[in-house]
Amino acid sequence: MHPKRRSRLMTVAFVLTGAAAAVALMLRAANENLNLFYPPDRVAGGAAPVGVGIRAGGMVLEGSVRRAADSLDVAFVLTDRQGSDFRVAYSGILPDLFREGQGILVRGQLGVDGVFQAEEVLAKHDETYMPPELMPLAQGAAGQGKGG
Amino acid sequence: MIAELGHLSVILALALSFAGAVFGLGGAHVGQGRWMQAAVSATYGQLAFVALGLLVLVNAFVTDDFSVAYVAHNSNSLLPWQYKVSAVWGAHEGSLLLWTLIMTLWMGAVAWRGAALPRDILARVLGVMGLLNLGFLSFLLLTSNPFERLLPLPPSDGADLNPLLQDFGLIVHPPMLYTGYVGFSVAFAFAVAGLLSGRLDSAWARWSRPWTNVAWAFLTLGIALGSWWAYYELGWGGWWFWDPVENASFMPWLAGTALLHSLAVAEKRGAFKTWTLLLALMAFSLSLLGAFIVRSGVLTSVHAFAVDPTRGLYILGFLAVVVGGSLTLFALRASAAAAEVRYGPFSREASLLVNNLLLIVAMAVVLLGTLYPLAYEALTGGDKISIGPPWFNRFFVPLMLAAAVALGVGPFLSWKRSGFARLRRRLAWCFGASLGLAALAALLLEGFQLWGAAAAVALGLWIVCTHAVDAARRVQLKTASVPLSYWGMALAHLGFAVSLLGIALTHELSVEKDIRMSVGESATHGDVTFRFDGVVDAAGPNYRAQRGLFAIEDGERRINLAPEKRRYLASGSVMTEAAIDAGFLKDIYVSLGEPLANGDWAVRVYVKPFVRWIWLGAILMALGGVVAVADRRYRRLRRRIASPKAAVGLPA
Repeated sequence: MHPKRRSRLMTVAFVLTGAAAAVALMLRAANENLNLFYPPDRVAGGAAPVGVGIRAGGMVLEGSVRRAADSLDVAFVLTDRQGSDFRVAYSGILPDLFREGQGILVRGQLGVDGVFQAEEVLAKHDETYMPPELMPLAQGAAGQGKGG
Repeated sequence: MIAELGHLSVILALALSFAGAVFGLGGAHVGQGRWMQAAVSATYGQLAFVALGLLVLVNAFVTDDFSVAYVAHNSNSLLPWQYKVSAVWGAHEGSLLLWTLIMTLWMGAVAWRGAALPRDILARVLGVMGLLNLGFLSFLLLTSNPFERLLPLPPSDGADLNPLLQDFGLIVHPPMLYTGYVGFSVAFAFAVAGLLSGRLDSAWARWSRPWTNVAWAFLTLGIALGSWWAYYELGWGGWWFWDPVENASFMPWLAGTALLHSLAVAEKRGAFKTWTLLLALMAFSLSLLGAFIVRSGVLTSVHAFAVDPTRGLYILGFLAVVVGGSLTLFALRASAAAAEVRYGPFSREASLLVNNLLLIVAMAVVLLGTLYPLAYEALTGGDKISIGPPWFNRFFVPLMLAAAVALGVGPFLSWKRSGFARLRRRLAWCFGASLGLAALAALLLEGFQLWGAAAAVALGLWIVCTHAVDAARRVQLKTASVPLSYWGMALAHLGFAVSLLGIALTHELSVEKDIRMSVGESATHGDVTFRFDGVVDAAGPNYRAQRGLFAIEDGERRINLAPEKRRYLASGSVMTEAAIDAGFLKDIYVSLGEPLANGDWAVRVYVKPFVRWIWLGAILMALGGVVAVADRRYRRLRRRIASPKAAVGLPA
């Protein structure tokens, strides 16, 4: 091989190896703190890990929202309207679009008592928007509504 | 009838964009002067017809023509007039029309200023931009026609504009951002024209440089406006979320920043030319990727437009053609640009190489973090993950800190090679002074606990000090007047330092509390006391509001803040309107959460020191980019080429 071409090849190989190593390290870091999404049946069914940062979501069950009398603590139930639900505890201000019956996402950890301790509560951004994570639930619920 | 006129004029613009591409590229290829002239005329034609199309849509909004589906979905008769106009780009279809208008405005600007360019280069640039515009316009007409009617039964009133968008931010943020995004198509077109013509000398770099600077300045302002808007409008005081759509605008910015630095080397020294070409292709491709991310509905985001798979597919195809086509051309032709230019390890070339390396690695980090969740979902068959800000910060922040260290030295190195000793003499006391002042600042703030803030203060001062020392030296030398491009650079670098200080100090010193407040209750954070005086009813043009009354004591100052909780009449949606006392040294921020039992309210009270500096820095950066363009050598270039006879015998 031409020495100039060989040195160019070495450079390319070096850069590619370096880049691959960097990407591998970054993805490892991402996998350490990525937040997997769990729908209600997997949370209620014990498939979601306890004490690990995850995301979950569902519809807010009507009549389940309880505000504490003297703090910002709030508790509510998220359901998939197909028999699975779980309780969520949160302390803070709920988003404007948080309403009973609406689809929301929560980020936090599942406690040993089965209550999801939320660090963040996210509601959909407008009336027609549905988080893609909740799309299967919404379609399932709508399908059931039609069938029943 | 009038909406159909708009539709027709966009169709005419589409035809002209096709004609312009054929005449421009074909004319340059066969050397037909008349065809090349026709490409210029076709450019102005596209501008005129797209502008007419947009005016028609504006007219439909202002006259409440709800028989037009896009107007019916995004406006309402009660909407204040300035939001009726800006609602034109409040959703996908109209914003795409604005995008094509800005595209044709850039094309018109190139045609207007292009008298200075060789004729075939101008024709090729306009031809390439015409092709891109053809892509955008056919996307608009095939998948996203804003002039579609709701006939025979138009609604009596519109569904209203999303309340989040009923704001000054919508009026300025998208036009600025798009001007930046689309502006990179000029650098892209110059790169493709250079590759096609095989003329990739330093004149090529000098032609694309001003366009790149201006596009970059607009993108900088656009991103800063978006950040400022999110800060005051989304209701919880964050200014950057590493949201996929923010990332979509940030990636071309990072690539564009690398581009305008490497263009400097390409122009002055003829080095890095292949790399510069690649960056020019990359910056615009990333703009298109951004458009794909926003408009295809593949990602969850505040900005995501309605989901429509055909649109996503179209942009993906367009992206593949643009990226694939330009990279193929690059692979075939770029070797012509390669040049052996030697420079020492301690030279301005080397420092700009470091700059490019850091910026492109930072861009790759953002790209990876944005696309990884998508890839993960596709590979695992639907498992959804999100990558949060901690991951981005962990990789991005060290890169930017390294860039800040280098920024204090790089601009003062000479081309080819520098003596280290002389530079050390000149910069040593800046090094000492910035460390000393930062230590003092750290001592004053909380006694050395905030080392992150102290480090950022040291780096910010380091940049300011070295630039000031160098500027003073240059002014004193008086051998020649200091060129405007130097002041532009200094201003932009100062802006970077100001933003860095703002980001670090806001991050470290902010007080953010969500509290429950009863009427008459007070809360104190630092020097600031908030007293809640209850909530009253208020009304706006198209909403009813509950207005919180807060009396603030900030040291000696007494102010009142009135955040609102609004319910919009047409859509019934609820919006939080924060009240902010903006200041150079700190912002005081109050927003209403929700009503609780016994007349109590959940309330957010924030004190955010130096938050304005983040955007002030961006303004300085953009200003620097524009000042550099005003440099004499770009004007000289135009005059010289405009009169070819005068150019004979002049040194290049």
